[in-house]
Parts: sequence; C-alpha cells; structure tokens
Amino acid sequence: MRAFVEGVGLCGPGLNGWAKSRASLTGAEPYQAAPVVIPPCELLPANERRRMVATVKLALAVGIEALADANREAADTPTIFTSSSGDGETVHQILETLASPERQISPTRFHNSVHNAPAGYWNIATQSRAPSTSLCGHDYSFAVGLLEAMTTLTVDECPVALIAYDLPYPEPLHSVRSIDSQFGVALVLTPQPTSGSRWSLALEMSGGSAQATPMENPRLEQLRQGNPAARSLPLLAALSRNIATNVALDYLGHHQINLSVARVAQTDER
Amino acid sequence: MISRLCIVTGLGAGLAANLAGLRRDMTGLKPCTFDTVTLPTYVGEVAGVDDTVLSPDLAEYDCRNNRLAQLALQQDGFAESVAAAREKYGDDRIGVFLGTSTSGILQSELAYRRRTSPDPLPADFVYAGTHNSFSAADFTRRYFRLTGPATALSAACASSAKVFATAARMIAAGLCDAAIVGGVDSLCLTTLYGFHSLDLLSPLPCRPFDVDRAGISIGEAAGFALLEKPDRYEGGDATLLLGVGESSDAYHMSSPHPEGLGARLAMTRALAAANLSPDKIDYVNLHGTATAAGDASEDRAITNLFGLDTPCSSTKGWTGHTLGAAGIVEAIIAALSIEHNVMPGGIPSTNIDPALKSRYVVGARDAAIDYAMTNSFGFGGANCSLILGRAR
Repeated sequence: MRAFVEGVGLCGPGLNGWAKSRASLTGAEPYQAAPVVIPPCELLPANERRRMVATVKLALAVGIEALADANREAADTPTIFTSSSGDGETVHQILETLASPERQISPTRFHNSVHNAPAGYWNIATQSRAPSTSLCGHDYSFAVGLLEAMTTLTVDECPVALIAYDLPYPEPLHSVRSIDSQFGVALVLTPQPTSGSRWSLALEMSGGSAQATPMENPRLEQLRQGNPAARSLPLLAALSRNIATNVALDYLGHHQINLSVARVAQTDER
Repeated sequence: MISRLCIVTGLGAGLAANLAGLRRDMTGLKPCTFDTVTLPTYVGEVAGVDDTVLSPDLAEYDCRNNRLAQLALQQDGFAESVAAAREKYGDDRIGVFLGTSTSGILQSELAYRRRTSPDPLPADFVYAGTHNSFSAADFTRRYFRLTGPATALSAACASSAKVFATAARMIAAGLCDAAIVGGVDSLCLTTLYGFHSLDLLSPLPCRPFDVDRAGISIGEAAGFALLEKPDRYEGGDATLLLGVGESSDAYHMSSPHPEGLGARLAMTRALAAANLSPDKIDYVNLHGTATAAGDASEDRAITNLFGLDTPCSSTKGWTGHTLGAAGIVEAIIAALSIEHNVMPGGIPSTNIDPALKSRYVVGARDAAIDYAMTNSFGFGGANCSLILGRAR
C-alpha cells in the first residue's frame, strides 16, 4: 500500500510543533526534553474549551496543526483517532467516585470518559460530518491506527487524517499502566500524489521477530518506548530527513509494519 | 459474506434463544440487581457470565467483559467455523476487529473499591488484560490463536457496527482473507451511574418510540460474525454485508442532531455503498434507545430518507441498550430477520408517539426480508448504518 504525506502535527516533551522539532529529530540539533506545551484550540468557543480534557486538547492541537500544514480543509477529511487509553484523569475521577458511598458522577465527566471524546470534539470544532473512527491497540495503538489509515485511503480512495495521542494516567492507575509524558502526532495522508505531497510512504507487512527501528538519541528512544503514540518517532525522524529511509514499527508483537519513506520532488520547499 | 454468527444477550445464549425471544416478543430485561447498584432501572443482564471460566493461559484477561466474550464464542458452532477458517486461510490471514465501550472497566471499579486511598491497586489487578479497550480483541485472537491484524474500535454505541467497515477494508486491501468482527460490552457501574447522571435511565423497561418513553435500559451482550470473501466461501446460504455508512454529527457530545442530519448521512452512505435505493430496504432495525431526543432525531432522519412506509422497529426493549455491543447485536438480529423471514417487533412500546411518523412495527410478524438496515448512533456524534442482504 502507498500513501503520500501532506502535513504533520507534533506535540511532545521538547517537541513544540512539527516545524520546530525536525532538527532535533534528525540529530542536527541536540534534543532537549521540556514540559509539554499544548497550544490552545481556537476553533471552539470558550465554554466548550473549558470542558475539554487533556486528551481532547492534545488530539485537537496536533490534528489542527497537521491539517494547516497540509493546507487541507478539516471538514472534508475523514479522521482516525488512536490511543491506548481514554482520558486518564477523567477515568480516575469516575472510578474514585464509584468507590465512594455517593457514586454521583458528573454528566460532563461521563461523556468525556468515552474513548471517542476527542473525535466528538474534533467534529464539533471543525464542523466535520466526514467518517471518523476511534481505535485502540494498547502499546501498538499507533501502528493499529496507521494500518487503518492506509487501508482506508487505499480502499475508500480518500484523504485521511491520522491522530494519535497518549497521556499518563494519574496514580493509582499509573503504577499498573505506565505511560510517560504526553505525546500527540497527526499525519495527513492521501492515496495519490497531490500538489501538497511532501513524502511518499510504501507499507509492507512482515512476520517474524525483526526489531522496530529505534531512535538514536537515548532520550528520544526512552520516549518512544514509554508512550504508545511516540512509537511514531522513527517515522517522524525519517520524514525529517531528506533522504529515502526505511522504518520498521512493531505491530501487535508478531508482525512489523515496514515503511519506505521518500521525499516527493516539488517546487514548494516548505 | 457473513458465514457464521454467535450471540449472547439478556434474552439468552445462542442464536436460537434470541430468535425465540424475537418471535415471541419476550423481553430480556429485568429489574436491576447487578452488583451493588441501587438505581431504580431495568437491565439486560446475561445469565451465567460469572460461571464462565477462562483457561489458565488466558488468566490475565479474566474479567466480566472477556467471560461474556468467551460465553458467546462457545455458542452456535462459531469456534468450529473459526477453526475451519484457520485451517483454510492460515492463522495470520484472519483478522479480529472488535468494538467495545466499557471494555473490562468493571475490574477497575472493583479494584478501586478494594483499595484504601492512597494505597496502590490490589496486586491481582491486571490493567492490560481487563480495563484497556484492546483487551477483548486481544483476548479473542489469543483464544483462537490468530495472528492476523487486530483492532479495538471504541466509538461509544456505534463501535461494533463500525468494525464491519474496518474489516471490509482490511479484507479489500489484502491484509487478511477472513475476519472475526463483533463487540462485547458488559454491565458496570460507570455506564449505569453515568447514564443516570444524564437523567437517561428509564425506571421501567425502555419503550422505544412510545409516547411515554422515559430513557434507556442498559444491557450487556457479546456477538461475533465471521466474514469471508464471497469467492472463497464454500458453505450454503449466508447473509451478505452489502454496505456500511459512517458519519459524524458535528453537533453535541451526548445529544443527537435534532434533525438527524448525521444519522441520515450514515444511512445515505450505506445505501450508496450497497448501490440500493431507499425503497429496496424491507426493514430498518432502529437505534431507538427510547430517549425523547434520540428517537425524535432518528424518526426525522428515517422519514426524510425513506418516507412513511418503510417498516422499522427498535429491539432495545428485548436486549436493553448494549452500548458498544449494540451494533453487532442488531446486525445479528437483522441477519436473523432475513434468514428466518421474521420482522422483529419493537416491544414493549404500545402507545406510539403520534409526533413520530415512521412506520413503527409493534409486534413481531412474518415477512420476507431481502434487505435490512440497522442503525447505531453514539456519544460524540458517531453514526454507522449497515445494510445486510439475502445471498442469492
């Protein structure tokens, strides 16, 4: 399967947007971890923004960045959201409440607890009635989402925005499910080359026990292993370089997704 | 092509029990006595879930949701069909695509209850195998020793309808030759108290489309379908998956669009995918949860698209709203209606709301159904319509 990348969104520790992060991903500049800064969402009115939980803020921020980078209308673009977990703080608060004698859950908290809350807010914010799905593959959530994106654009012949995000749980869930830092990434993909295409991706599956491509920088490698959405980092590093690169991502522990990444020649060198 | 089905709902275990309930207008709902819940509501609780024992090598997946999944997988010759498909295609050529909204969060609820804050959770609590949304999909592929593609889809109450689209694409893209699709959702305090907080729980068994409808009754269920490419299928009669339509409401997180715009778009896209005009649809299994706003919104969408003559009903009064499993449960009911020439009635509604104009079928009746549509709409404005048809 083949796809073309038009735009990227990125938000992680010391990774403040795709444009500013490319040099650290290639190693041209030293990577420096720093607290995650999620840019505010301008698309929703203030009262809706206040109801947004962290997962929603992160997913919307990277999605909006990627669509803007691709210069593509969000309302017409099908979306695939993927994450290992729902909003950790929301789930924790509900579980605490249910363990208490009162059991009075807040209705807003309840609707924010669904796994597809970011997709719901996204479609309201962008006024998109395009198909949208919300997936989970535990540690392999990014690879699961990427495969869904590739099959969707191939079979349905449409552009797709893939939005992956994962945030840490608070305690006590953190001790049983450790997710490091906050990490969100979005890719705008098309089945055919467009005037906005910047990279081509060719995907092949393979079985066996080949290793996923690691990050050279030890701190980025630690991030890759510690956050399911950050399993995308080797792909992002490949996109940052201007040479053809092969990347392998683990898929469900028994397969690899092998990606051949190549720069698409174009006049507009953004 | 749907070559095998299996199901467990509050109506019973297996297709025959569910079909019998369907023919006799029986309900699987009863007053809620689940766990320590003290809400005045009815639930579709599955009998025998706690007696289901997972094999020791799958112990890390042990929770109500996966016990319910296994109970369904043991019905209706499903495991035998999967074994045959595994032999035919290979273990890495069968995908597993499951929808869930609750997953095994009950396990976390019980773990939090056993814990004294700020202590850690009990040592026997396994997050990945129970609470995580991928748990049921992971359990199912391990149960059948499959290594094809696998995905958990969690888009609230549209989850296990949307998996049909994922599976169809995966097969079309050549990533697998067959797929197990389905969904599992189990009773838990999060959904019971959550819908209670929204004032959406009915104190009586839910009455979809009734003038006195007062909200939903929550149910639990597991259902699975084995999908194969028609050109590789070697059995007898089977039901066809003809079209899937997906859309988003872009309106509100927990209320449907008042005019049913998203719902109508999903149905329109399903008809286009199936290459059928609305008048070809013999029966629509409604989402019909029995909330005031939800039924009104769907009624608008139905009458705008189909007019006033297409028979439709909601089967939430038999099974309850099984949330993340509603899509597969009602896809299976649609398949049964085609296979057995029976149009399900929308019990226990008797006094249909005169403001709702759809042709709502109250009691089960015999009818030849060649094409059936089933609707699933969820929180976050996630909509999905499926069209099933008789193989000819």
